[in-house]
Amino acid sequence: MKRIGMIKPKFPKFAKPGTTRIKAVLATGVTALLATVLSACSGGAGGTASNVISYWLWDSSQEPGYQQCADLFHKANPGLSVKITQYGWNDYWTKLTAGFIAGTAPDVFTNHLTKYPQFVDLNVLQPLDELPATKGISNDEFQPGLGELWTGQDGHRYGSPKDWDTVGLFYNENLLQKAGVDPSELNNLAWNPQNGGTFEKLIAHLTIDTHGVRGDQKGFDKNHIAVYGFGGLGAGDNMAQTTWSAFAYSNGWTYMNKNPWGNSYNYASPKLQETLKWYFGLAQKGYAPTYNSFSSSFGGFNQLAANKAAIVQDGAWMIATYQTIKGVKWGIAPMPVGPTGHRAGPLGSLADSITKTAKNKDAAAKWVQFMSTAQCQNVIAKAGVVFPARPASTQLSLQTRKAAGIDASSFVDMVQNNETFFLPISSYGADITAIMTPGLQAIYTGQKPVSYLETLNEQVNRLFKLN
Amino acid sequence: MASNVVSPASKTSSRGGDSRKHSDDTRLALLFITPAAVGFLVFLIWPLIRGIYLSFTSYNLLTAATWNGLNNYKQMVLDPVFWNALKVTLEYVVINIGVQTIIALVIAVMMQRLTKSLVVRGIILTPYLVSNVVAALVGLWILDTNLGIFNELLKLIGLNPVGFFTDGPWVIPTIALVNVWRYVGYTSLLIFAGLQTIPPDLYEAARTDGASEPQMFVRITLPLLRPILALVLIISIIGSFQVFDTVSVTTQGGPVDSSRVLQYYIYDMAFGRFRFGYASALSVALLIVLMIVTFIQYRLTRAGQTDLA
Repeated sequence: MKRIGMIKPKFPKFAKPGTTRIKAVLATGVTALLATVLSACSGGAGGTASNVISYWLWDSSQEPGYQQCADLFHKANPGLSVKITQYGWNDYWTKLTAGFIAGTAPDVFTNHLTKYPQFVDLNVLQPLDELPATKGISNDEFQPGLGELWTGQDGHRYGSPKDWDTVGLFYNENLLQKAGVDPSELNNLAWNPQNGGTFEKLIAHLTIDTHGVRGDQKGFDKNHIAVYGFGGLGAGDNMAQTTWSAFAYSNGWTYMNKNPWGNSYNYASPKLQETLKWYFGLAQKGYAPTYNSFSSSFGGFNQLAANKAAIVQDGAWMIATYQTIKGVKWGIAPMPVGPTGHRAGPLGSLADSITKTAKNKDAAAKWVQFMSTAQCQNVIAKAGVVFPARPASTQLSLQTRKAAGIDASSFVDMVQNNETFFLPISSYGADITAIMTPGLQAIYTGQKPVSYLETLNEQVNRLFKLN
Repeated sequence: MASNVVSPASKTSSRGGDSRKHSDDTRLALLFITPAAVGFLVFLIWPLIRGIYLSFTSYNLLTAATWNGLNNYKQMVLDPVFWNALKVTLEYVVINIGVQTIIALVIAVMMQRLTKSLVVRGIILTPYLVSNVVAALVGLWILDTNLGIFNELLKLIGLNPVGFFTDGPWVIPTIALVNVWRYVGYTSLLIFAGLQTIPPDLYEAARTDGASEPQMFVRITLPLLRPILALVLIISIIGSFQVFDTVSVTTQGGPVDSSRVLQYYIYDMAFGRFRFGYASALSVALLIVLMIVTFIQYRLTRAGQTDLA
């Protein structure tokens, strides 16, 4: 200011325009700055316009299929388009949480069974039955049970089922061959918590120590293992999707008094205690890896691919990953029959949910509805990554895999034979995970006996009583 | 002293514009202070006050907080995971700061007494330029039970592989040492700067008196370095108590609770379980612990005084 005043007598002409120019420049600068800040606030992860639907998913192998669906959707609704964003599993949930807080959550996102009850409790999901396009979605369109899984305690639909999965045994054919085991034997296995049955016999035979002695031979050294009969053993968490839940259910156990939306868990049950004693006991016998034999980056899939495990338990969603293995022939068998006389496998399902903050809910609902149609689900079936939620599309997916030389029928059989059970759906999912995960690790590592489950169960059920 | 040498010109200015200059200075000072003050208020004082308030509430971030008095603190006192987290954090701090300070001191003294090479100084600082997450990831891969090169070396010399990040007793020392690697260069540079303040003539005098290097270290270097060392310790201990990223990248608190440090527990409680009220109470506990530790350290080390007369 002073300086302008000083130069005034020398350059009278420029003085005034100069000040205005400075003011103008300042004003423009401030406006530009504000605009940037404001647009940064309103833009974010969501679509920039209400006719662009933002859609998130975490599985990169499914992105191409859904991009095809998005293109088809755009063709059918020229005024609307879908912007797909993919984040890895861990970042996905962190970003989503942050998005809910900051108001930058996507309009539509792929939701997971274990996560959605918390989102319902936090009141961030839009009931689909309240929107015109998704109102008509009916449970009958999907594999039995899937629609029910995504219905909240209040009776509202919070997700439109897109696919389903369960678990099975993935085996390394080369290692079976070396042991003189015919893969078809795997279809007739049975287990029990007392002596492990034919299942334990088989994995003992498939286990080889560093001196080449098999698990069922004399002189077997259980502390130095070259090949585990049953790899990928894990402590599991509150749902134990790919670890012990399938065994526990075929032993007659259930997660809680009522599923979905129970309010009393059964982790203290003697049925679960004996199951876990046997299951974690496999590691002590040397037939399965102990807690610290493999790092978390070297799970069941890696163990099988590296010829370090003959059989591992894994989910149907992993098939595409197994297809990337080179030099190892592999196949899929059903879970062994348990003391109940049945097999059991957890039924998982992903669904599409709409957020309460979605800018154009009607458009978002149109996109969700489109993903539930046979048109989109058949596209997903042909991509051959997951089993779509519609029965006809599931069959198409099965054929796609068969053409690729993979027999995935044991997963579909389990659903058709009613041998699947629901993953636990209840309030306090995150709290229960926080209690059960370290607790189960303590049992797996031998720091605590299986009876510790009683303490854990008490802690879990206290959540329902206190809150 | 200064008044004898001021020039007539500056005298004029001081006489002619005293009041103006004074008020100008205040405005300028305010202008300079404002950004920092605003940042301090908005990003430090306000969150601190709000955090303390939230610690007395039940709050899930998406719906309004409800006052629940001392419930969170009562729960905290009875929470075994909290006490375990405190113990694990303390174990981490002791290993991390102990090893780091000793190595840093050795490196700093060697830099001062043996070489003045800028290249060496640069190399020593390099790990500090790597982000914590990257350092943790690299550590995770090197020390992996099955794929890690370090375990391959162990196998070569006939030892069994160690589950550095999967075996309960190993995880905290491993995480502590990964962070020592990252911070030791930085710490040693701070100490090195402190060493520069010690007058060289003291060493010359000692040498004339026939003192050996270790004697000079114990009698001259250590006592005169105390204020700097105390400051370095206070800063690095506060940082060490807040260890989070390395745990988050490598073990997520496991196995069982053996690496569930306080900061990770707070994070999980808030962003995993949406219990922001309880998480705030845990944060207040951390704040109190840090205040006590810093106060004791400050008193014990007489960090505000120097022996350099």
